[in-house]
Amino acid sequence: MKIAVCVSQVPDTATRIKIGSDHKSIDPTGVTLIINPYDEFAIEEALKTKEKVGGDSLVYVISVGDDSVKETLRKALAMGADEAILLKSSGNKDSLAIAKALSDEIKSLGCELVFCGKQSVDFDSGITGQLVAEMLGYNCVSVVVDFKLDGNKIIAEREIEGGREVVETELPAVVTAQKGLNEPRYASLKGIMAAKKKTIAEKPAFDSEVFTEILDMHLPPSKQPGRILGTDKSAVPELVRLLREEAKVI
Amino acid sequence: MAEKILAVLEQREGNLKRVSFEAASVAVSLASQLGFEAEAVVVGSEINNLNELSKYGISKLTHLKNELLENYSPSAYSEMIALFANESGAKILIFPNTAMGVDLAPRVSVKLNAGIAMDCMKLEVKDNDIIATRPVYAGKSLIDVKLKSGVKIFTIRPNVFRPQPVDSATVQVEIKQVENPNLKTKVTAFKKSEGKIDVAEADIIVSGGRGMKGPENFHLIEELAEVLGAAVGASRAVVDAGWRPHREQVGQTGKTVSPSLYIACGISGAIQHLAGMSSSKYIVAINKDKDAPIFNVADYGIAGDVFEILPALTEEIKKLKS
Repeated sequence: MKIAVCVSQVPDTATRIKIGSDHKSIDPTGVTLIINPYDEFAIEEALKTKEKVGGDSLVYVISVGDDSVKETLRKALAMGADEAILLKSSGNKDSLAIAKALSDEIKSLGCELVFCGKQSVDFDSGITGQLVAEMLGYNCVSVVVDFKLDGNKIIAEREIEGGREVVETELPAVVTAQKGLNEPRYASLKGIMAAKKKTIAEKPAFDSEVFTEILDMHLPPSKQPGRILGTDKSAVPELVRLLREEAKVI
Repeated sequence: MAEKILAVLEQREGNLKRVSFEAASVAVSLASQLGFEAEAVVVGSEINNLNELSKYGISKLTHLKNELLENYSPSAYSEMIALFANESGAKILIFPNTAMGVDLAPRVSVKLNAGIAMDCMKLEVKDNDIIATRPVYAGKSLIDVKLKSGVKIFTIRPNVFRPQPVDSATVQVEIKQVENPNLKTKVTAFKKSEGKIDVAEADIIVSGGRGMKGPENFHLIEELAEVLGAAVGASRAVVDAGWRPHREQVGQTGKTVSPSLYIACGISGAIQHLAGMSSSKYIVAINKDKDAPIFNVADYGIAGDVFEILPALTEEIKKLKS
């Protein structure tokens, strides 16, 4: 079985965001780029599925971006992915355009199972997997915390408000991974050495229409530092009074 | 005929959710500014509280009905909503940014070739167009975006747009029986998390961090949450240590939340955590270290011992409620 994993590269979550001079993107100075945390769960699940299905299964990792993304693809190879593909694009793309590039590539590779992270921690839309599924005409289960594949059949659990939905569907399908699905493996030394030798296939990303125009990027209004009401429980009645009378939230 | 804006409502277990009224209100408000008509659509089997929608000024609600659609089916719901939006000629669709909305809206966007902006916190009409403000980097930054497509989809963050009741409005409810829904993907069961309010939906959240010292002390958080009718939240450190389940995690790799009140207990305020909760309306911090970054975003703070303050706070609120 051919399995695809869509990955993206994002600023480290500890990054303090500074707005770039164009006011439409962040200032990249000093920003460390990492593999999107949710994509690590996607890679792990793809590798586990490959091990389980066996045969001549292959795991492809695919990303859309510039040359810097090779670092992230190399990390996925070091974890155990078989092939990496970089769909080169440097311009501004929205989720729809990225999903289009990914789905075209997945189609030409003939992958029938696709894993994505449930969202990337930069633009946070959380929709790329669903878009890819819809574009390919595949079934989709998003925000998955438990995944079972039995032949053609998928039984997955997805996280929703107040609990989990058990979802049944069939291949071909896209699954988006939520934290809790698995424990991503560390790259072994052997994996790291092997990844260094692999080539990352580069192709131009097909340029599709971009519907989203970013007008402005700005920081949220900073909060005024509040009042410290005290250092022990004697401050509690005053806190409750303020919550009730001033904030009116209880 | 005026152009249409369509609120896509969400029901669970046969009841419209609160966020559905928020979506309806947003649709009504945008429609009046744009000279559009606001309509609503909902998919499901029996739905009990459809008439409650009349309070919010929507003129027409269509219930796409089939007994097989009691539970969510992404394949069926997305097909039916896209078909209905097409037939009714809707130019703008508003979805709640809930687990269901986030699953559904992108699929509908592909079917309608519509641009999409998720998790909007503000929708402003300017020059006859909509400017959406949405958080990125878990709320560390905001972007204003405009969609350039013919049909546009926006999802709204729960708890941010308050439903606005309108005087003496009526809603015309039309029930459309749907045949042969596409059930290629379907929900076969729901496993409820035990008696808990979900952080993503809660109006009040009581959250615990590393300062709680161990999972055995979280009963103090739960007791306060109980008297407040609040959800229990947790910091990443606590979730990674296995003290609390991931569904309670607030922050950049957990949930970004906007409740009315967020009470942070023993949380120092890592940047990832602050990103996820700083759009809360009011923030209370209880932490021993008066220099902890959490106090920079808190409206009210007590720089003391959580083990002393939490029980006192629970008692004080109990007194107030009795």
